[in-house]
Amino acid sequence: MKLDINKIRQDFPILEQSINGKKLVYFDNAATTQKPTVVIEALKSYYEGYNANIHRGIHHLAEKATAAFEETRKTVRAFLNAKTTEEIIFTYGTTDSINLVANSYGQKFISEGDEILISTLEHHSNIVPWQMLCEGKGCILKIIPINDAGEIILEEYEKLLSPKTKLVSVVHVSNALGTINPIKTIIDKAHAFGAKVLVDGAQACSHIDIDVQALDADFYALSAHKLFGPTGLGVLYGKKELLETMPPYRGGGEMIKEVTFEKTTYADLPYKFEAGTPNIADVVAFKFALDYIQNLGKTNIAAHENELLAYATEKLGAIEGLTIIGTAKEKVSVISFILEGIHPQDIGIILDQQGIAVRTGHHCTQPLMQRLGIPGTARASFSVYNTFEEIDALVVGILKVKKLLS
Amino acid sequence: MSINELQDEIIEEFELFEEDWEGKYEYIIDLGKKLSPLAEEFKTEDNIIKGCQSVVWLNAKYENGLVIFEGDSQAIIVKGLVNMLLKVLTNHTPTEILNADLYFIDKIGLTSHLAQTRSNGLASMVKQMKTYALAYQSLEK
Repeated sequence: MKLDINKIRQDFPILEQSINGKKLVYFDNAATTQKPTVVIEALKSYYEGYNANIHRGIHHLAEKATAAFEETRKTVRAFLNAKTTEEIIFTYGTTDSINLVANSYGQKFISEGDEILISTLEHHSNIVPWQMLCEGKGCILKIIPINDAGEIILEEYEKLLSPKTKLVSVVHVSNALGTINPIKTIIDKAHAFGAKVLVDGAQACSHIDIDVQALDADFYALSAHKLFGPTGLGVLYGKKELLETMPPYRGGGEMIKEVTFEKTTYADLPYKFEAGTPNIADVVAFKFALDYIQNLGKTNIAAHENELLAYATEKLGAIEGLTIIGTAKEKVSVISFILEGIHPQDIGIILDQQGIAVRTGHHCTQPLMQRLGIPGTARASFSVYNTFEEIDALVVGILKVKKLLS
Repeated sequence: MSINELQDEIIEEFELFEEDWEGKYEYIIDLGKKLSPLAEEFKTEDNIIKGCQSVVWLNAKYENGLVIFEGDSQAIIVKGLVNMLLKVLTNHTPTEILNADLYFIDKIGLTSHLAQTRSNGLASMVKQMKTYALAYQSLEK
């Protein structure tokens, strides 16, 4: 089904504004997506109508809030095609989800001399938690190399796998370059060596249909704010049999069965991993974001985004002195680029003057930028509400950058 | 000229641009191009200002009771802004630098034109210049 983009734009009130006297062009969707009215309204009606602490209150508001909170968990389960809602843990974001696995699974099951594999494409949030674990545990972090197009070299990955490999933690879609990794192949090869796989799905979840059972992923991490949902909320999917063997990561309320000063027993899944009062309002509103995506249809969203990507690749590619960084065969709607002789920061400043929001810098992937031999890029990332006219505006904007800075 | 006179001079130059963002940025870019590059020997890790998106270097020396600043950046617009800060703060006594109230950045509309993160980079640079001044103040007679 062909989506009516102008109608969709009306669902996102933030898009109707001018920046520096120009119509806003929001191309920083890989950093965070904008929020549709249904999500904003859900937050408002929660606070106005049924704000209460969940799970223990027996009064009406608490029951209503608890039901709404758990309704989102069911929706996330369906969104990822997890087997049960016990496999869906709410966290504060992808970073928090990865830290949960590093601290809980890592602390218990990874020992000195064991190896953890990550790829060159990783965001700092999928590098640093493992470095911290390795520092404490004496395990070894190994890096899967990429080719110049920004694709994981599978043969090199296979060479790194061994019985010592305990965990492979890779990004599904690169935030800096848009590369879609062959995640199913990566998972199967890891499993052949008995290693578990964590997938950083922060960028993938808004573009690609995720089926954790078909992928056979052991863990899958994502952030709500990249899915038109609220900030400060994430999800960790984990296979039930794995989560059951893992110790809690944070202690506190909500995650206990019984506490005495001598001994505490822990709650069942998923609450074991949800200490303290959770981010109730944002969880409740997140359901509306997921429903919004389901209503548009992920296939329809992807079709529009792919058209935008193809159009932008052609238009930007025709600009003299512009090089697109990241030319993987399988890509989502992200274009990273550099302009000959011009620092990415200067590109960002001049585009901003024209109302165009892109991200510039290293995109929290400094090792990747070092591999590519560049200080950073300018990155335009598209979402369902973006238009071809906006890409034309970007092209005009880039030409202005060239005129001013060459 | 005093620090405030130098600031007022910059403010006056920018009054020409008012709503003309292109003119304003052309001017800043030009200032960036005019700033002579910092000698490679001073482009050290220690001289890098933290908190900037592009690499910014600042070098300082104390001569005849005055602090001399030199700076550079990889990005040309930032380099232009660095040039302005150098114009205003170099060749003054440590006490003058420490007491300086830098109102020109706000007056020429760059705090509003540059996003928070980048202004913070500039703020780090000013802080570093004042830290140098503080260190040199102990040498003042």
